[in-house]
Amino acid sequence: MARAVSTRRKIATTALAWAIGLLIFFPIFWTILTSFKTEAQAINNPPLFWGFDFTLENYAIVQERSDYMRFLWNSVIIAGGSTLLGILVAVPAAWSMAFVPSRRTKDILLWMLSTKMLPAVGVLYPISLIFVEFNLLDTRIGLTLVIMLINLPIIVWMLYTYFREIPVDILEAARMDGAGLRQEILYVLTPMAIPGIASTVLLNIILAWNEAFWTLNLTAANAAPLTAFIASYSSPEGLFYAKLSAASTMAIAPILILGWFSQKQLVRGLTFGAVK
Amino acid sequence: MGRITLDKVSKSFGEVEVIPPLDLTIEDGEFVVFVGPSGCGKSTLLRLIAGLEDVTSGEIRIDGQDATSVPPAKRGLAMVFQSYALYPHMSVRKNIAFPLRMAGMDPAERDRRVKAAADVLNLTDYLDRRPGQLSGGQRQRVAIGRAIVREPAAFLFDEPLSNLDAALRVGMRLEISELHNRLGTTMIYVTHDQVEAMTMADKIVVLRAGNIEQVGSPLELYRNPRNLFVAGFIGSPKMNLVNGDIAARHGAETIGIRPEHISVSSDDGEWHGKVGVSEHLGSDTFFHVTCNGIPEPVTVRVGGEVDLHYGDEVWLTPDPDHLHRFDNQGLRIA
Repeated sequence: MARAVSTRRKIATTALAWAIGLLIFFPIFWTILTSFKTEAQAINNPPLFWGFDFTLENYAIVQERSDYMRFLWNSVIIAGGSTLLGILVAVPAAWSMAFVPSRRTKDILLWMLSTKMLPAVGVLYPISLIFVEFNLLDTRIGLTLVIMLINLPIIVWMLYTYFREIPVDILEAARMDGAGLRQEILYVLTPMAIPGIASTVLLNIILAWNEAFWTLNLTAANAAPLTAFIASYSSPEGLFYAKLSAASTMAIAPILILGWFSQKQLVRGLTFGAVK
Repeated sequence: MGRITLDKVSKSFGEVEVIPPLDLTIEDGEFVVFVGPSGCGKSTLLRLIAGLEDVTSGEIRIDGQDATSVPPAKRGLAMVFQSYALYPHMSVRKNIAFPLRMAGMDPAERDRRVKAAADVLNLTDYLDRRPGQLSGGQRQRVAIGRAIVREPAAFLFDEPLSNLDAALRVGMRLEISELHNRLGTTMIYVTHDQVEAMTMADKIVVLRAGNIEQVGSPLELYRNPRNLFVAGFIGSPKMNLVNGDIAARHGAETIGIRPEHISVSSDDGEWHGKVGVSEHLGSDTFFHVTCNGIPEPVTVRVGGEVDLHYGDEVWLTPDPDHLHRFDNQGLRIA
């Protein structure tokens, strides 16, 4: 039975939700707004919400000074590549943990997740040494690998939760029907897990796109993605808020658009299994 | 061909032995039912035959060939699950065709077989639907269709009717029996419902705690249960079991008498008691009579026209020719 909710309470919760939403969105809004101001107006006190001179100059300067497309392309390759590679590794891993669990499966999952609690800087030195040794510094392949490994625990964990929802009977039926392991995963498990896999992919693209620690530390010019592009505008020769904002807006625009169009899928994926 | 032999097959999960070593032969073309209370190991036994579980020791032979370590896909058996286990993302047509596709059969032959199976199972109109758009009975028929097309050496059914409502269950029971008569293929059927076992089986295997209690035709088991467990499990309503002095008078620890082998009289008989609850089925009536000296009410089956009411005093007399006697081990006394 639906619980009766008074109109006043409905209005209050709606207002609260909007307030929280706006609070979270405000920095993004402010960044976008600032990107259309002149440098002087950008640091004006009190801050200007309106009445400033609308200009596209910052975008033109940013595009002129640095090649946005090259950074974008690096971001696409690193985020897409690490996610794809991660899925390829994680599907069989999650399959075995979900359907052929051992006594240690839970421990392994927890241990994997616990690696996310380790501060990244703690392993910066060894990873840098490995990168130097294998000539991976400032390469897209090196960065793709590192980011894939960083996000792998989350991919495996998410897929594991989705796979657990799939009745084992159906996989056994496939086995009885003559499907080998490869066919079972390819024709039965994967199509059934598509919603889960899709939201895992989306979330990981977002995580990889926003990853800044490793991209900033392990790249210079060749493999630098959009995070490095933004960082290059918080330069020591003085802060240029308007240009920094323009660069940030350009960097977050693709992922913002992707997130906007896939929000239904994302929410569905993240709450999958919570409500039956 | 589908002759299945289990030779000292056992199964343990860790320290727990769920099936102690057992021997069993299922002849080609037989309809064998594994029956027993839940947790008796009947589903595990079926899964061992299917290859979905590994045996701990012993050997499983299919048509004389050792199949103990053959993967399920290669055993040539088809299984129908309690949950139907259809592929939700495929149409009925693709579900039924799936095993043929896995076998690499050419699409034309595949299509022909799917159509033939759909025809037999009245699924022709539903071939392009998804499982989610079908009723429980239709889903179960798709699951059976998926099993038929493969022309397996034997069919394995794991409580296939448990999720259906009572009326549908009776209908599907007949359909499966009809299918068995038509195909003549070995069928192994697991159920906890002794009515299904009695009505469908050529041979019933009664299991308790992983042990085979008795193997035989339904009527053999009904007429000559080997021990108290089988006596109490097979037959509905259950056999009346009486201990104590009354049993001792017949030279047994426990005596058993089926409800239809007790005669009722209003003035004379062996046991005196009062009529309790009565169940009128139309053709038959079951009276539950509380008798002096017998702790459990005695169930009596009489014709539908017998007119007795709650509280009436009656005399019951068990038919001596149909009296089952059991010793203190619970075993039948010949």
